Order: sequence, then C-alpha cells, then structure tokens
Amino acid sequence: MTIEFNTETFRGDFTYHNSPEAIARFPFPFHEDKYMYSVNIEPHISFRPGSVYEHPFDVDEHYVSEVADRALVLNEDPLRSQSLPHMNLAGWDLLELLMTNFSQSYPQWFELHQDGDRWHWINRPLGIDDTFTFLDNTTLPYGPMEYIMRQTQGDYALLDQRDDNLWMDAGVITTQADWSLDFDIGMNFMEWHGPVPLAHELGVFDRALKFLLNLRQGQPVRRLNWTMTVHPRLDTSPENYAKWGVDRATVTPENAGEYMYLRVELQSLWRLPRSNAIVFPIRCYLISLQDLVTIPKWGRRLHRVLRDLPDELADYKGLTMTRPSVLQYLSQFDDGAQTSAGTFPD
Amino acid sequence: MTKSADRTPKIDVRVTQIVDVTSEIKRFRFEPTDGKPLPVFAGGAHVVVEMEDGDTLRRNPYSLMSSPGATDAYNISVRRDPGGRGGSMFMHDRVTVGSLLRLSHPVNLFPIDRRARKHLLFAGGIGITPTLAMMSELARYGDAFELNYAVRSENDGAYLDQLRNTYGKRVSIYRDDQGEQIPLTTLLAAQPLGTHLYVCGPGGMMNWVLSTAEGLGWPAQNLHSERFLAPPSGSPYEVRLAASDLSIKVGPHQSMLEAIEAAGVDAPYLCRGGACGQCETRVVSFDGDLLHNDHYLTDDEHAGGQKVMPCVSRFEGRELVLDR
Amino acid sequence: MLVEGIKSRPIYSPLVARTGTLHLFMADGEGAQAILDLATTASPGFFERAHICYIPRAAAGRGFESALQALNPAAFYVGPTVAAALPRLAVELANAHMGTQIYLAGTEGMIGQAMVVALAAGVDQASIQREHRGSEARRVQCVHCKGITEDVTTQPAKCAHCGLMLLVRDHYSRRIGAFQGVCVDAEMPGTAPDPEEAFR
Repeated sequence: MTIEFNTETFRGDFTYHNSPEAIARFPFPFHEDKYMYSVNIEPHISFRPGSVYEHPFDVDEHYVSEVADRALVLNEDPLRSQSLPHMNLAGWDLLELLMTNFSQSYPQWFELHQDGDRWHWINRPLGIDDTFTFLDNTTLPYGPMEYIMRQTQGDYALLDQRDDNLWMDAGVITTQADWSLDFDIGMNFMEWHGPVPLAHELGVFDRALKFLLNLRQGQPVRRLNWTMTVHPRLDTSPENYAKWGVDRATVTPENAGEYMYLRVELQSLWRLPRSNAIVFPIRCYLISLQDLVTIPKWGRRLHRVLRDLPDELADYKGLTMTRPSVLQYLSQFDDGAQTSAGTFPD
Repeated sequence: MTKSADRTPKIDVRVTQIVDVTSEIKRFRFEPTDGKPLPVFAGGAHVVVEMEDGDTLRRNPYSLMSSPGATDAYNISVRRDPGGRGGSMFMHDRVTVGSLLRLSHPVNLFPIDRRARKHLLFAGGIGITPTLAMMSELARYGDAFELNYAVRSENDGAYLDQLRNTYGKRVSIYRDDQGEQIPLTTLLAAQPLGTHLYVCGPGGMMNWVLSTAEGLGWPAQNLHSERFLAPPSGSPYEVRLAASDLSIKVGPHQSMLEAIEAAGVDAPYLCRGGACGQCETRVVSFDGDLLHNDHYLTDDEHAGGQKVMPCVSRFEGRELVLDR
Repeated sequence: MLVEGIKSRPIYSPLVARTGTLHLFMADGEGAQAILDLATTASPGFFERAHICYIPRAAAGRGFESALQALNPAAFYVGPTVAAALPRLAVELANAHMGTQIYLAGTEGMIGQAMVVALAAGVDQASIQREHRGSEARRVQCVHCKGITEDVTTQPAKCAHCGLMLLVRDHYSRRIGAFQGVCVDAEMPGTAPDPEEAFR
C-alpha cells in the first residue's frame, strides 16, 4: 500500500485532516442505533483488506505526525511513560511483538534482522536504523517499552497477571481519553475501572476479567470503545484538563461539524510469552463530524445513539456540555430512514 | 482419527530424542516439523500433548523443562505411571524417535512472580520439570533463587548431577533413603520479606510445604504451586448434552471433557487439570451426585450443583444434563 | 465524572490477630483503640511478638499511651508525627522476615503513607491490615501538578502546591497513598464552588 504520511498537528493550529480513504476506513463503532456497555470482545483476526482490521497493528497516514505529537507530550510530561521495575521483561516482549508485526505487515517501511540476540531494526518513515542486543537495556537509548512506543501509534498498557487479577504495572499513555497513568499505575483491573459508571453493576468487568485471565498466546482479541473530543486533540489527559476543558464551552450548533470529533479506540489484548503479561493497545482514530456525515448511514446512526444515550454514560464520556449542540447539528442529517445493521458504510 | 472439535492452534512436532533419565523417567525432545521457531514461553509453562492411541485421542499436559528462550526444540520428562489412565504408558511404550505428535501452544498457570526479591523453589520427584525451566529463566535474568529438591534416592532422582554442576550451592538435594529431610520450618522462618515460594511435587509434599508456610504467616499471594491432577477414574455413566441434543457415555478411565470432545462437541479447555476454570460448564439438571475433583470452583459452587468442571469431575446417579 | 462510589476506594475492616512470627502495629490518634480492641481476643503471648508504634496527634492525653504500654509489647514507641515515624518503620521492615504481619489503624493519611513504605519493602498487600478510626481528612494528589495536599477536609479543596481548586474524588491510589484531585472548574474557569466541609 503506497500512502503519503500527513504532516499535521494535534494541538495549537490543529491541521489534522483525513483523506477520503481514511474516512472510508474509519472504524465506526456502532452496529445499531443505540449504545450500551457489553463485553464486546471478538477474536483479533485479519478481516476486510484495506480496513483497520487487515493488519494486527494498523499503521496509517497519521503515523509520522502522531509519533511526533507523542514525543512532544513525553518531553512535557515524562510521567506518561512508566514501568514498575518487574515489568522490564514485558517491555522486551512488547518490543518483539511490534517489531515482528510491523516488519511483516509493512515491509516497505519496516525491517527486522535478527542474528541470535543481535537485532537490526530499520524504521524508514522515522529515519531510524538501530542495532541492539535483545534483553540488554544498555544497548537501547530508552527502556524497551518506551523505545518501541516512541515509534507506535496508540497508547499501550502492560498488565501483569497474578492473584487471579490483572495489574496495570507499565504503560505509555499520551493519547488517552481522560485517565492518568501516573495515578492508575499499580492498580488492579477492578480498581482502574473504578471510575466507570454502571458497568460494574452489569457484571461486565467480572466476565471480562475471567476471560482475560485465560487469554492464550497466539489468540489475541479486540474490541472498540468511543467518546468525543473537541478539535482533533490526542492529548486529552486529566493532567492537561485545564488546557482542553475550556474547549467544550466553545462548541455551537454552527461549528459542531468542524470542531467536534468522534474518537474511536480500537483496543486489542495479547498474551506475551516471556513475561506471561498481557499487552493492551488502545489505538485512537479521530474523525470530524462534518467528514463523518459524508457517510449517510453514519450521520443518521450517530445522531440516534447520542440522542438516546443515558445521562450517566454521557457524563462519564464528557459529553454533557457539548451534546445539545452536537445533536442540533446532527439532526440535519437524520431523516428518520432505516439504517442497515453492522458498522460499515452501505 | 477420533473426531475432535478443538479448533485451537496446534504445533506439529517430531520426536527427535528419547533419553532414559532414571528407571521410571524418560525425557522426550520435540522439534517442529515445519522447521519454524517454536514459541518462546515463561518458565512454569506446559503444553498439552495430543497422542493418537488407537481409537482414543489422549491429551495430557506436560511441563516444559527446556530453557524458555530455546526455540529449536522443547523438552519434557514423563514418569511412567502404571496405575494411571495410560497417557504416560503410551509415551514410554509406544512413542519412538520419529513419532509425530501435536502440541498446544504453551500455557502458563505457574509463572514466576517478577516482583519477588528472592525465589524459594521446592520440587519433589517429577515436579522438577517446571522447576528446571524456571531456574533457567531466573539464572538468565540474574534473580536470587534457591532450590530444595526431594528425591527417593540418588538413582531415582532426575537431573541431580546437572543441577549440582549448573547451580552449585543454590541447590540442596534431600534423598529419602538417606534420611535427609528438608528443614522446612527453619528455612521458611529465615526468609527475607519479599520472598516468593514455588512448590511442585507429590500432593503430600505440596500440602506439607504450603501448610507449614501458612502456619508461619506467609500470605497466600507469596505461595505458588502447580498440581497436575490426572482426571480420576470411576464408574462409567451417561451424560445428556442439551445444547447439542446428544447423549454420550463417559468411560471409566475417560474424563467427561474427553467424552464430550470424542462426540465432536466443541468444549473449551486450557489446563485439563481442574485448576484454570476454562472448561466450566453449566449443569442444567441432575439426579444423583456430582463428584467434584477440581481446585477451581468454590465450596458453595460445589454444593450449589449448577456448575461442574468436566476435565476432572465425574458423576454418579440416574441423570446428568449439561449445557453443551 | 464519577466522584463517589468508586471501586478503588479502600475497604477498611477491624484488625484481627493473624498467624505470624512478628506483628508490627502502627496507629495514630484514635487508631490506638483498634489495637486495644484486638487485644481482647488475641491469644496469650501474642504481644510478646509485637512492636507498637503510636502517634497520638489530637488524641494525646486521653490515656491511650499507657493503655498500649500495658499490653507489654516487645517494643513500644511513641512518636511526634507520622512523617517522623515512617523511616523507623522502613528500617524495621528491612530487617524483617517472611511471616511478618502489619496492622495499621487510624487516619487514612497515616494508613496510606505506612502502606507505601511497607509495599516498597516487599510486603504483599495481603499481609497489611487497615482499620480506619478517627478523622476522615484525606491526602489528595493533584492530577495536574502531582503535588500532595495533606489533611483535606473540604470539597472542593485548594491544591497546596499549584493553587488549582480540586474536586476530591473517591478514586484512590494505593501506590501513592492518596485520593485523586481534578481541577473543578477546568471547563469554565472561575466558577469553582466555595469549599464546604465534607471529610471531617
């Protein structure tokens, strides 16, 4: 696949843009006209060439610019990349997983040559050509997790498995929808999901945890999560809330198409071999409402989902202030016609 | 070949070496038939080995004893158990160099706790197999560890010289026929905070080590053990599989899970030893006694009669209906 | 944003005597009573293997010091502040063995800080009992500047480091030993409600 990498920003002047191809392959998350929590986990297998599901780890036109934004965030706030000491081996597992998959999926951009534990890694889009010794931290400029994450789109959390629970003991989190790695690191599955309303009562987390404890090597799974953001801002961390929180009050029905973005997280879960840990990638996709409504089915459906979303969910997802303007804007694109099942465009 | 609905990915291997380790224990070396690297794993992992024994498809879990970083071959050691269900007999008597077998991907229910400041390992008999892989890993990463290994005698102890030569003072061997016994209480009371304990061996030994540690105030979170329950034998019985609209017979030396699989019904599993919970099955109804042999369900769940673990549990009575 | 009823909030329960080779107690204020309550059901000889560290704070002069001394623990220490007592706990733990049980009773702030020291010494959290007695004042970490503000009693509360007005949530970090504080007027600066007493 030959694509040009965009030069764009996710802050300040917000020059982020999606090509028509990127719009068409956007992972729209709603398969019906309403939304409620579920354990919507499915096998992470290759599906629909050209889509975000074709490769185990999707690299798209935003790759170079997202990586640059991450570097800015880490420079401003090093606490976004943390690894408790016992998670170093899991970091090497992750480095191996990403390097082998990137080089297999996109050989025109990434190459990995392994001679025993001497590895040679080439990342053409970022101009990287490094040799290092696998499992030897001193041969890399950063710890293994941070090294590979500085070349990856999306946030990744490393979960240690022990005591019939999962513990978020490492991660690089710069594109999050409003949670703090520094605060949550060291928490277990139920604790870090503490702030999510309603889901605990539905038993969603009990079932999800039981399933994940038995996750096997070679059988990754995936699910979608979603929220909305004002402007295509990746760094909507609680740390910077004072910077982006004020944007919510600036949204009007007239500018909602341009200012408001649907933010979808393609999440996957993989068992790592040496550490027996689980890696949890959270890959973020952004689309402006005005681009989204060029797909008529999506415009109708999103209007209906947001209109009928329970208040607690809207509040948790930070939509309370902007929802009225968004609904007014989207209602122009909802003629009440029936929509087809499934998430893909007609 | 017996029908099987299990669709989890498998690794095809050829047996390339068989070594008599002791009079009862043989070591088997597996190499992939496609020549590709085997998956790396974490010490303590096991694979489920599939063996076609005439009409019977056997699936037995065996700990991987080889170095976790070695991708050219896996090694397992098997103790010949004439009183068992026949899996170890099959391995000893029927498998030869050149035999073709299928393995599951490695699964780890007995991992090292990487937060530990020190790892205290206990092994008895064939329990040395996962311990060998764990020590190889701990040594590789420079972690502090000690092994206490109980064997019947010098001749019956597997890998004694290898352990002494590779790990020196970090290994203590206790030979029963010499009256040597692990000074367990003194040993445990002297360990620094942050020590984790791992034990794998005969049930009696494991119970002794774990209960002594608990009695000294060690928290359960620092105690790690792996018991491979072989599914117990018992009287044959019938089971109705409601979702498949089938009735099946469970033979005396066949587990309920094996009988379900033999009928071509898809039944999830992982450890096949009553520990992990993956095969948990809803009981629709029963008239008789559920014989729970697992370590997974709670006492309340055992008494409640609504769930059963078919990999190791059995039934006696007039009717059992499962949601499969 | 969910403020209350969050599952990371610690659950406290009455201290019970457990099996162990050494019992380390740390209490502040009215937490002393939790130790005295445990003593009524502890087996004879239990306190021969116990060390007690007590910081009276506002409960000074109410007889707790002498009551704890009367239990005849193997070691008894009365300290002026929690901060002064924590290094002592760290050194005791550095010399301790497996089988050491830890008992914390008193304010959440003391419990949180002592727990951080114990976890750093390699103690598993299951070996640490926690009973809350006395003030509900909280330690709060400002998610923005990472500074910790002690003895927070109001909602919202001013960060003692960067000055932002913080919404004090029930979301709690064991690793940091504090509750999370998030800027309460980020979406509309200057609209923070006046602080009202919430955690007495």
